[in-house]
Amino acid sequence: MTSLPERQPETKLGLVIDLDICVGCHACAVNCKEWNTGGHSAPLTDYDPYGADPSGVWFNRIHSFEVAGENGDNRTVHFPKSCLHCDDAPCVTVCPTGASYKREEDGIVLVNADTCIGCKLCSWACPYGAREYDQDEGVMKKCTLCVDKIYNENLDVESRVPACVSTCPAGARHFGNLGDPSSDVSLLVAARGGYDLMPEQGCKPTNKYLPPRPRKTGPGATGAPHALTPQVADGGGAFLRWIDKVLSR
Amino acid sequence: MSLNPFETVREVVDTSPAVADEIKTTTCYMCACRCGIKVYLRDGRIRYIEGNRDHPINKGVLCAKGSAGIMQHYSPARLSKPLLRVGERGAGEFKEIEWEDALDIAVAWLSEIRSTDPRKLALFTGRDQSQAMTGWWASQFGTPNFAAHGGFCSVNMAAGGCFTIGGSFWEFGEPDWEHTRYFMMFGVAEDHDSNPLKAGIGRLKTLGKAKFVSVNPIKTGYSAVADEWIGIRPGTDGLFAFALMHELLRAEKIDWQYLVRYTNAPWLVIQDVGAEDDGLFARDAAGNPLCYDVTQQSLASALSAEVSPALVGEYTLADGRKAVPSFQLVAERYLDPQYAPDAVAERCGIPADTIRRIAAELAHAAFSQEVVLDVEWTDWAGRKQDKMVGRPVSMHAMRGISAHSNGFHTCRALHLLQMLLGSVDVPGGFRYKAPFPKPIPSFPKPAGHTVAPNTPIAGAPLGMTTEPADLLVEADGTPKRIDKAFSWENPISAHGLMQMVIHNAWKGDPYPIDTLFMYMANMGWNSSMNVPGTLKMLTDKDPATGEYKIPRIIYSDAYYSEMIPYADLILPDTTYLERWDCISLLDRPICSAEGPADSIRQPVLKPDRDVRPFQDVLLEIGARLRLPGLTKEDGSPRYPGGYPDYMVNHERAPGIGPLAGWRGADGGKHGKGEVNPNQLQRYIENGCFWHYEMPPEHQYFKHANKGYLDYAASVGWIASPQQIVLHLYSEHLQKFRLAARGHGDVQPPNEHRQRIEAYFDPVPIWYAPFEEQAVSGEDFPLHALTQRPMHMYHSWGSQNAWLRQITAANRLFIHHATAAKHGIADDDWIWVTSHHGRVKAQVRLMDGVNPETVWTWNAIGKRKGAWNLDPKAPESTRGFLLNHIISELLPERKDGFRYANADPVTGQAAWYDLRVRIEKCAPEEAGLTTPQFDAMPKRTAKGMPRGPLRYGATFRRTPSGKTGGEHHEFIGNRTETAETVPGVAPGHGNRPKGKK
Repeated sequence: MTSLPERQPETKLGLVIDLDICVGCHACAVNCKEWNTGGHSAPLTDYDPYGADPSGVWFNRIHSFEVAGENGDNRTVHFPKSCLHCDDAPCVTVCPTGASYKREEDGIVLVNADTCIGCKLCSWACPYGAREYDQDEGVMKKCTLCVDKIYNENLDVESRVPACVSTCPAGARHFGNLGDPSSDVSLLVAARGGYDLMPEQGCKPTNKYLPPRPRKTGPGATGAPHALTPQVADGGGAFLRWIDKVLSR
Repeated sequence: MSLNPFETVREVVDTSPAVADEIKTTTCYMCACRCGIKVYLRDGRIRYIEGNRDHPINKGVLCAKGSAGIMQHYSPARLSKPLLRVGERGAGEFKEIEWEDALDIAVAWLSEIRSTDPRKLALFTGRDQSQAMTGWWASQFGTPNFAAHGGFCSVNMAAGGCFTIGGSFWEFGEPDWEHTRYFMMFGVAEDHDSNPLKAGIGRLKTLGKAKFVSVNPIKTGYSAVADEWIGIRPGTDGLFAFALMHELLRAEKIDWQYLVRYTNAPWLVIQDVGAEDDGLFARDAAGNPLCYDVTQQSLASALSAEVSPALVGEYTLADGRKAVPSFQLVAERYLDPQYAPDAVAERCGIPADTIRRIAAELAHAAFSQEVVLDVEWTDWAGRKQDKMVGRPVSMHAMRGISAHSNGFHTCRALHLLQMLLGSVDVPGGFRYKAPFPKPIPSFPKPAGHTVAPNTPIAGAPLGMTTEPADLLVEADGTPKRIDKAFSWENPISAHGLMQMVIHNAWKGDPYPIDTLFMYMANMGWNSSMNVPGTLKMLTDKDPATGEYKIPRIIYSDAYYSEMIPYADLILPDTTYLERWDCISLLDRPICSAEGPADSIRQPVLKPDRDVRPFQDVLLEIGARLRLPGLTKEDGSPRYPGGYPDYMVNHERAPGIGPLAGWRGADGGKHGKGEVNPNQLQRYIENGCFWHYEMPPEHQYFKHANKGYLDYAASVGWIASPQQIVLHLYSEHLQKFRLAARGHGDVQPPNEHRQRIEAYFDPVPIWYAPFEEQAVSGEDFPLHALTQRPMHMYHSWGSQNAWLRQITAANRLFIHHATAAKHGIADDDWIWVTSHHGRVKAQVRLMDGVNPETVWTWNAIGKRKGAWNLDPKAPESTRGFLLNHIISELLPERKDGFRYANADPVTGQAAWYDLRVRIEKCAPEEAGLTTPQFDAMPKRTAKGMPRGPLRYGATFRRTPSGKTGGEHHEFIGNRTETAETVPGVAPGHGNRPKGKK
């Protein structure tokens, strides 16, 4: 079995995903696919791409579903999901070969394709279902947090961010050091009540989700009255009130 | 590797691999949004496509479609050589031919037509982004029969907007995301322009100051993140808008000042029933509209800045007749109790209390949350204003309004609501994008009144008709165009009626044509109503001659789409990464509210197939036909360098060409200026786009802002810098109505009079969509709608290897309660029946849908074998189109006449009028969608392999050995986040400004 770093990395790079403004457009998923299919874990194989059962390896997938509310209303949720780069990553400790590991320098969880034997124990261990087995290559793959992009000196500084983050049209994705309480992402998480996904699993995920903001629904939500007060009766009675109005062009 | 198998091997991660040999900028074409992109090339292949951060449209972001461009470029559905049909039409049997032969054939067919009767060429160009060129080509050829896809997309929004505020929603306007306090979106699913809308919603919600209301029968996408979703019954948005106006008028929550300053509300309308000018504006001798000046107690020019105009009252004109301000007619209509919230609630499917509350919220935002910008500006009359004051209510509307047969009036009603609230082009409101607004009705009128052999028509084939004399009809009222655009059947069909071309050409109504020439329009499938019938028309022969009723069909497309088998000559186009293009201000520009912009595409890869860009081919055919504008005096081609040559050297008017940036010999001018031979180089150096940000004092009140109007006139967008008055009341509509009442030289034939009288009301009206009126509510109790998923919106070729993994089959979505009533459970297979036909589909139940509405994702269903997909692809076994059960014609009138299934004003295809019933199918019928069509033959293709696709595997290299530098934090909507989260610095993405 494989060990986690002896002490928790000080730098914990991760994503903060705003569920209030994710519109479920799949931009992050597809931009991730195009970067990573030529990246560290290349390729992100597609099985039967033009056939009867098109499927393949994706590091990031969007789930859209309806949730019934307490008072009979319901909410449509768009939920992007990728590896959460956990502090206590069960996918690492379960790995029999050391292929699945967590980097000391930034906390990113990676798979070493050279030593992965494709036993899939990690995918059973991950409570989030965030691992992607490449059945064509026989190895496990997963989100690399674009480790070959975020530090890449061959790219403009502005491009040195995970593909899913810089491409998000709604601006619903953020990236930074969640190990530093004064970082921008940590401030954002604190301000918005960012939360861990399934904390009861005890994996201490690095990625955080920002909950939907309270909705301005129903009477009084904007400070407006419930209805306007009529000044004139239905029909033409209004015109007597309006006929003497002096308005300037 | 160590010899000890139990020792953990440390992976050396290459954090700085080389990524690209070259990065080229160009413009995306995966939808109509037209974002700037950077294409990373490695070993001659595409490594990565990234949004261009400097581009005004997308500012660095890129949607799912754009990110899937790699798979579109290498698609095995790409055509590879010109094709000539050898079998029966529809069988898909072709032989490959050389380009020279293909061009010879096309030129032979077309020159015969041009020298006899140019109308017999119908050129319809679908999702063409070069309509300024293709339309001009058609006019040079001499045929009026040209249009693109606007007639089946959004002409109701374009025409409704232009007739009312001189601009429109659609892609020609946008909310003031930064300042708005109330954003209402009507009938917008995943509509373009897709990235700016997503970005705007993200910014607005991050700022947290505004309420976002989505009015839509279906709660997906944007509606899912709205503060409030109003699940309206389809086709009733107009009634809802009327009820909101009713409430606002009754409470006097109206921006009186805005109405008198900026709209025709005070203009006096002649009240003289039976007269030839009844309902027109009263004018003085100089032609100025009149108002009644309350201070002077006299009639005065309504255009004067010095009057105090009355908004109500009856006034006596110089000739003794009576007139009333147009506002009075508007107010009378919407104050009527028939539009009270209680009266419309049931039909709209919206509780009356909700309607009353929304009206109160609109008024609260508009009148209690005024936005004031400290920007000095000068109004149209030359008066200095020390600040800009806005009513921060913004609106956006699109196809949910547009694709109904009452869409034109509904669109106008929404603009009326905006004007009453004083929120058009003000801080916090709706904003025009350059080059709008344009004066109503200064838009060019359609040409084609006279057609003669070997002679161009007098102007552009499409335009805005503003009075009966503009119509393209014979003396007896017969339409002059094959699609019957600009005829009494659809008088203001500004974008033509592409959806009717095949039907009319097949029927020879109003006349037979010879050649149907189409580009980038899948009319053999998801772009046509009544697909089974359309395929029959395309293959139908005249029994007397044995010839096809549509004798010749030329088609240009890059891909093996469902239309291909139905053409006789195929001209294979390139992909968007292999071509030059221009996104022109003369066409559908990519501007923003801050200023004008245009862009180009440059080839980033060379075609590996024998294909040519359609625009090059069209210019070549034009030169061989010796069309006047395309040939020099000596008969040689005017644009021998093809489309890029045209983009630089063509001038529509002196100094005005397809591209507005870097004009003038040294590139120092924009808008207007001499041809610059280095123009394309300047575009490429700037990332393939040009953008000019207007000074802040020109950015609002553009319809009445002297500085802006002077600028707009100087660059040729408007003829002269006069105030552009917004039209609450449309005199132009009344002119058509007067013709129906027997006035004027051009009058509708008797069979159309009643319809013109009914639907050319100068003040917006509401009526139930035509199909709902025509079929029984008992037999067809449900509305049926479609929308496209965001990852495929306004795109074509959704056979994309990556995108089809997200959606490859479609279900019919039904509300739980509705399904329960019909005994239908989730995953059941059902028949969906309209008055026209039936389809079989599988069910998915949901809650977020109007209970009287069923819907599905459109254009997922594919014909078996099309796009070179496996015949067992889910797109054909579990995908379906509702198109099959939508008729292109309305049910017969009493006299047997059938109008197009379209808006009576604009001819906009009424896709969303569809009414259906649903019933569970027999158990043995489950498992396969119906109808199924014969498989298209497989075509050998270049590109991706059939087996597992390992794209990108070859980009892995020996490690660079570099470990890279620091990471950079990225905050989405950084500037807006900084306003709400203390400590976060403003800026963009990972570039904070003045980080602590």
